[in-house]
Amino acid sequence: MSNYVLFSIIVLYLVTLFAIAFFAEKNAKSKWVNNSVVYTLSLAVYCTAWTYYGSIGIAATIGIDFLAIYLGPVIAAPLWIVLLRKIIRLSKQHKISSIADFISLRYGNNRFLGALVTVICLFGIVPYISLQLKAVSETFQILSDKTSYVSTSVYDDSTFYIALLLAVFATFFGTQVTDASEKHKGIVVSVAIESILKLVFFLAVGIYVTYFLFDGTDSIYENMSKSENFESLIQFNGIESGFNWLYTIILSFMAIFLLPRQFQVSVLENVREKHLKNAIWMFPLYLLLFNIFVIFIAWAGNLTIGNSESAEYYALLLPLQNDNTFLALLVFLGGFSAVISMVVVATLALSTMVSNNLVIPYGFLDRFIKSHPERNAKYIKNIRRISIFTIIIVAYAFYVNFSYELSLYSIGLIAFVIIAQLAPSFFIGLFWNRGSSKASIVGIIAGFFVTFYTLILPFSIQALTGSDEFVQNGLYGLEVLKPHALFGIDFLSPPAHAFFWSMLFNILCYVILSVSLKGNYRERNYAEMFVDSKNYTDLQDGALVWKGEAYVAEIRNVLTKFLGESRTERAISLFFRKYDLPQDTQMADARLINFSEKLLTGSIGGASAKILISSVVKEEEVSLVEVLKILEESKETISRNKLLKEKSQELKKLADQLQDANNELVEKDKQKDEFLDTVAHELKTPITGIRATTELLMDDLEEMPSELRSQFLNNMLQDSDRLSRLIHNILDFEKLSKGRTNFKIKRYNIRDTIQKTIDNLSNIANKREITLVHSNKSDFHADYDEDRIMQVLTNLISNAIKFCEAKKGVIVADYKYDKGLLQITIKDNGKGIPEEDLPFVFDKFYQSKNQNIQKPEGSGLGLSICKQIIENHNGKIWAKNNQKSGATFGFTLPFK
Amino acid sequence: MKKIVIVDDEPNIVMTLEYTFKKHDFEVYIARDGSEALQILKDVIPDVIILDVMMPKVDGYQTLKIIKENNKLNNTKVVFLTAKNKASDIEKGLKLGADKYLTKPFSVKKIVSEIKELVAT
Repeated sequence: MSNYVLFSIIVLYLVTLFAIAFFAEKNAKSKWVNNSVVYTLSLAVYCTAWTYYGSIGIAATIGIDFLAIYLGPVIAAPLWIVLLRKIIRLSKQHKISSIADFISLRYGNNRFLGALVTVICLFGIVPYISLQLKAVSETFQILSDKTSYVSTSVYDDSTFYIALLLAVFATFFGTQVTDASEKHKGIVVSVAIESILKLVFFLAVGIYVTYFLFDGTDSIYENMSKSENFESLIQFNGIESGFNWLYTIILSFMAIFLLPRQFQVSVLENVREKHLKNAIWMFPLYLLLFNIFVIFIAWAGNLTIGNSESAEYYALLLPLQNDNTFLALLVFLGGFSAVISMVVVATLALSTMVSNNLVIPYGFLDRFIKSHPERNAKYIKNIRRISIFTIIIVAYAFYVNFSYELSLYSIGLIAFVIIAQLAPSFFIGLFWNRGSSKASIVGIIAGFFVTFYTLILPFSIQALTGSDEFVQNGLYGLEVLKPHALFGIDFLSPPAHAFFWSMLFNILCYVILSVSLKGNYRERNYAEMFVDSKNYTDLQDGALVWKGEAYVAEIRNVLTKFLGESRTERAISLFFRKYDLPQDTQMADARLINFSEKLLTGSIGGASAKILISSVVKEEEVSLVEVLKILEESKETISRNKLLKEKSQELKKLADQLQDANNELVEKDKQKDEFLDTVAHELKTPITGIRATTELLMDDLEEMPSELRSQFLNNMLQDSDRLSRLIHNILDFEKLSKGRTNFKIKRYNIRDTIQKTIDNLSNIANKREITLVHSNKSDFHADYDEDRIMQVLTNLISNAIKFCEAKKGVIVADYKYDKGLLQITIKDNGKGIPEEDLPFVFDKFYQSKNQNIQKPEGSGLGLSICKQIIENHNGKIWAKNNQKSGATFGFTLPFK
Repeated sequence: MKKIVIVDDEPNIVMTLEYTFKKHDFEVYIARDGSEALQILKDVIPDVIILDVMMPKVDGYQTLKIIKENNKLNNTKVVFLTAKNKASDIEKGLKLGADKYLTKPFSVKKIVSEIKELVAT
């Protein structure tokens, strides 16, 4: 393939990614951009060209050691829920914009520490970036055919232009806003897409090699097992190799947290904490998929190509050798994807560090103070843009001059060991509040020095001079100072060896100095906040103790320089509202100081923010005891507030309950009133009749026709009966509903009880020629109060008589045993109950309008009394309309 | 002859009123509830109507409302005669436009004099 075509494809590919990133920026709120899958895939920025090509090289020449690099992250993943969540929370709370910010803030916003971390990261990562460029360059050469133009200088080297394009990409999407703690959705989404592509293309070549070039995994294994060095490729080589494994695992465990690009995607770009929950299993799964075919591609390469020097590019060479240029192109693009994501995210992270922790705090603060906000924003952005280009150009220069000779794997490991120097300050500092800034600085420098001596120096000398004299003889020819076998420890691989010694010195310095030197109050304050983050998140801005004098106006001036007037005004007025302070507050308190520092942190880094703010305030030294006391007090206030809140909630609940109880009483009262009203009305009706009739009889006794007179007298009798029946029922009802009735429960036969009731009512029924049927002759014995049940039956049957048409009425009494209950039914063929009345028939004073007798004779209490009686027997009573005509009333009695 | 419609669902009470007003030369019409009353009022324009409140189907209040909407009955007096004797009930009845509100139990003589007075004006 011509290299012009290839370059065009690369440019086209980059343009596509540019479009995707652009789309993501425009749709930053969309769920397609903010989900746990995108988050997990962005974490896969971990898999660089080193993974893509380097692993195969290792698998082909050394063995399965490459796996150790992935075991560390797999072990780390479950811990994310605790560890990474804590880091994410702290970072969001303090608007942290890089790992340098994070570490320097933990140690009291120490400016020097931030700069040191930045330098360490540059040392580790710039060669790592150049390694990515090397991979692009070499694969580019492999893929372009022999007729292609061969570059002779930097200006016609395609890698140089590719590097510049990547810098443009990182600049465009990385420096849209001044606040570096803002999210970079465009970059994250493009990284996620690249992660998919590199995995898919890698799997594709894996499947191609394993199943098309060979007959599956077994066939490769079988062929391979015939080769001489097969044993060494699939085995641990003794205890030494075990140590190497262990160190590599620990190293990669640390790297997944500490690598600036990992910190960028996993902490700073995290949108929601809950995305972690899916990431902890999806990310290991991703790594697993990535590693499935590594070994088979490596072995297949060994078998068919057999040239161990080009082992790293087997994935590319195998399809090329079989004339499958298209697949080779895909593999190339997959590797290129891995490169782009690593280079873009790493340079973004590094440039933020360089600007916020190195350039601004050490060189530009004075200028910022004097300048306008718009120009400051432009300055900050430009510093970052220049940093990005510088980093990439330095990496390119490093590649051109240095890394021709180095393998992907070795440079990767060196980078890891350098970055690992941050581990003690980072991890121990998160859980041990004694860790102090001086200890951290000394530890990191000591560790780095050891790494430099045991790893970087021999490596560089070897690469530059080609001589290994230094490694063989050590400094001044001293045996104990041999760089790869310090103090006689000679069984570890150089990176593991360097890691062991550097960590040993680093941790020792850190721990010993932390114990012997106390940090100042500010440092201890931040240490408390980080270590005990759960307790101090509640305090928010109040968690930082500060004593001194400061004017709001001056702080406002500083903020305006960076945020502009409107944003500053808005932020300060929000702050006052949040803490219930008057808008014209003159003197700033600790909370405002802390709040302002946080506001500036995203733009210029924590250390610079602290310096700027302290330039306008007069700070007083606070003793550690005081710090702790103030913190204790604010914690107490918070817990007291919480207690108060709980108490007031309890009170409110109680008040609600009282209100409910009161409402219930009122409701009961109302019901009682209604009941009395109705009773009075019902009693008045017969009395009215009696009163009026008596008056007429008294006045007109003589002249009244005798027929009429006896009618009136009869009416009086009726009304009197009605009155006494009513009084009786009311009393009965009241007694039953208050539970003051004694039931005489005995064992009776229901057949006899029904028969007795029917016998009593036969006269009334006969008068209207209504048939009463009681056909069931079976004996059922149950426990009940016979008088009361007869009262119920009488009520139901006489009701039925009322509703039946004379001469045609048939009323059937029946009973049966059903589900442990005795069920008694009275069925008639009368008018039935209007549907809308059905729910109310057992309510007191309900009177049906469907009766066939002129005037309702009932008291309106009959059925509600029945209900009371049945419920007192633990039974149920109901009414329903028959399908054809009439109604059925029924009730149950528990049957033993 | 003055015409009177008595609307009540209690036959015993209706009997006493019917007897009394016939004796005092009224032409008496009887309705057992509101709907029956409205049926009668289609043909008869009485001088006075005695209305119970608590009746099945159409109660006294509803009946009065319908009567008030009927222009032919503009000159007809309406008297509530009910056991509901709370102040709020009386107020409600009068507000709806009843000309008098009498309560049960009642004195026959008093009813007659009240009605006669009402009809005379």
